Amino acid sequence: MTSETTVPERFAKLLERLASDPPHPNALGFRLVTLDGTEPVMVCPYRDDLVGDPETGVVAGGVVTALLDHICGMAVWTAMGRLATIATLDLRIDYLRAAQPRRDLMARARCHKLGQTFAFVRASAYEDDPDDPVAAATAVLMAVDGSSLSAAGRDGAA
Amino acid sequence: MTAARLAEEALARIPYARWLNLSISAAGDELTAELPYVDRLIGNPILPALHGGVLGAFLEVTALVQLSVIDPGRRQPRPISVTVEYVRTGKPLATFARARVRKIGRRVALVEAEAWQETRDQPIAVLHAHFLLDPGAGAHSQAAVDGADEPEGTAHTRKR
Repeated sequence: MTSETTVPERFAKLLERLASDPPHPNALGFRLVTLDGTEPVMVCPYRDDLVGDPETGVVAGGVVTALLDHICGMAVWTAMGRLATIATLDLRIDYLRAAQPRRDLMARARCHKLGQTFAFVRASAYEDDPDDPVAAATAVLMAVDGSSLSAAGRDGAA
Repeated sequence: MTAARLAEEALARIPYARWLNLSISAAGDELTAELPYVDRLIGNPILPALHGGVLGAFLEVTALVQLSVIDPGRRQPRPISVTVEYVRTGKPLATFARARVRKIGRRVALVEAEAWQETRDQPIAVLHAHFLLDPGAGAHSQAAVDGADEPEGTAHTRKR
């Protein structure tokens, strides 16, 4: 949709803060790594207290859920080029393989349809290689303050 | 062993559950998990609303603990697919959850879970998840790292 455009620097700074400043992302150590076109990339640094199963040393599925949920919201704002109050309607995560133990986790997402009310996002989580993801996610997000996500009439009625 | 004890042991084995300060109460084998409210669970400070991710995480841990009570003595099951539906905004309040194991097969279990706050009949989030039972043969075997597509108990040639 808008993958060739780049994000203005002021808005990029704002996105950087939205990646790590809200209390929950902050407590989990989330950080915006880059805005690759309009595909934001975030990292969740490894921590022992975020592990799900000490036998494997792998970060809890719940942390992956939080990271993917957050990157999906980031992708919507990036695609919009501005902010709106949005909420996740649903999120599906497929675990394509087991995560590697004691590793930082990266996530990236792309909004492939920005409607007036709903935004449709695909995301993935990985350690090093985006082409070898641990998890793939699809999410639908919604404008919750009555505002329009896309410019009215531009993207159809979704 | 009682359900309450099994649930407590399952929770204690999950460092992330301790980070969330989760607790479990049991009435027979019916478990209710509680996620106490703390500021660091907030995703949107302006509304304010709990982070969607933490609700999904809470439901997933609740599902895992319920599985370990229904079907004890296994290694921790691994999620294969997880769907979370967000029904209502999570307020800055304590959140509760219950999970129901819909099916335990030989390799896969289907679990549903629901989270609510002030009113049991008004869930704020719903989860459906498939878990792989007994992931991997040994604690640190390659199979535990390589994925879920490994037929159990066969001398299967690995793809990688």
